[in-house]
Amino acid sequence: MGLKLTGMTLKNLMSKPVTRRYPHEPLVYTERTRGHVHNDMEKCILCSICDKACPAGALIVDKEALTWTIDRFSCVQCMACVRSCPPKAQRLTMRPEYAPSALTMSMETHTKTEE
Amino acid sequence: MADRTIVPFGPHHPVLPEPLHLDLVIEDERVVEAIPQIGFVHRGLEKLVEKRDFKSYVYITERICGICAFGHSLGYSETVEALMEVEVPPRAQALRVIWHELSRTHSHLLWLGLLADAFGFENLFMQCWRLRERVLDIFERTTGGRVILSACNVGGVNHDIADEDLQGIVLVLEGMIGEYKTLLKTFMKDRSVANRLRGVGVLTKEEAIGFGVVGPFARASGIAEDIRTFGHGGYGLLGSFEPVTADECDGYARCKVRGDEVFQSIDIIKEIIQKMPEGEIMTKVKGSPAAGARAVWQLEQPRGECFYYAKGNGTKFLERFRIRTPTFMNLGGMVHTLQGCDLADVPLNVLTIDPCISCSER
Repeated sequence: MGLKLTGMTLKNLMSKPVTRRYPHEPLVYTERTRGHVHNDMEKCILCSICDKACPAGALIVDKEALTWTIDRFSCVQCMACVRSCPPKAQRLTMRPEYAPSALTMSMETHTKTEE
Repeated sequence: MADRTIVPFGPHHPVLPEPLHLDLVIEDERVVEAIPQIGFVHRGLEKLVEKRDFKSYVYITERICGICAFGHSLGYSETVEALMEVEVPPRAQALRVIWHELSRTHSHLLWLGLLADAFGFENLFMQCWRLRERVLDIFERTTGGRVILSACNVGGVNHDIADEDLQGIVLVLEGMIGEYKTLLKTFMKDRSVANRLRGVGVLTKEEAIGFGVVGPFARASGIAEDIRTFGHGGYGLLGSFEPVTADECDGYARCKVRGDEVFQSIDIIKEIIQKMPEGEIMTKVKGSPAAGARAVWQLEQPRGECFYYAKGNGTKFLERFRIRTPTFMNLGGMVHTLQGCDLADVPLNVLTIDPCISCSER
């Protein structure tokens, strides 16, 4: 008869929900979750290796204007830029939390301040 | 003789996660002929090898299909490695096997859920997907992505898994087995499930060989064929194992084969974790594929044998990259099983081959 799942169903009835009440309970990200790319502009040397490594062409590095621009809509969160970043000081990092949602397409430009 | 009518099925149908169109020629309630049509999600990804260099293209192969994401990046990487004669470190190969087998586990659990949903067993569907969630959590913890893993790369893998995390994976999988056995018992023993699956969509062994079907679809027709047993890549580290087969040749047998393959995958993961080699996870790949160099590779995806072909032209772009996906091979067999079946069994017949349309259209 079709009662094979009854035990599991009853157990589910008694136990806590498997799902999370998402907006009320914040999401717990793991250490490795690829949320968004973050650049530490103070340490960035604008070498544009990340620009070349990006498979989606989401990064534009301008050495003259001292800017590092990312198109969040094109970024595929593959971490290729983070891995390509010269290892002496980890300037590019992947942060677990997601970038705030945007309604319009826009480029996010970070400018390096002159020392 | 009853009048013949054509009933269109798809491209949008509740049972299909992806667009497949069938023109069903029916007589009364019986399907006489099914004429398939695909091409609704063609994206021209094979042509893109001319635009993206071979190292970037691995991120595109991952996006061919959401469920075989890791499988395709693995197949592409191994093909390019064969093309360039790159030696992959053993630890990277073992890690690839772990992720690939986890993908198979999650793909089969997803399929079992979809099957339960197709015959209206909502509770079973949700339980299957609840279990699948644990595999996705392993993915997120080890690679940072739940579906698109970006873990495999030409020359190795991008992430290492620490030894205690490997033991954690074993614990999670062992914790799943008990609940999974209950679910599988429901699939195999429940009368309502058997009523919908037994004797539906029979493809005999001779027909299966004739249509050249692959994967669980072929194994359910009694063909003991599994590319993993060839020992390509990391599978060479494993001891010998037998492909899961069934002799009933119907929808029930396909359910049984996929159900048992989850246990096999868990066993493979446990074995490879015991034998986990130490060392590097990435070899630096220098240069580009030589002009005229060709390579072929076979890989057992969750849906069956997938065949890869790559040709270099001396630049960092490949000349040609071709994927022959398991669903492409299985469509012929599926259309054959549809002939003579009831109209009400069409969705189940389509589903039992586990069609992945975006894979076959790329």
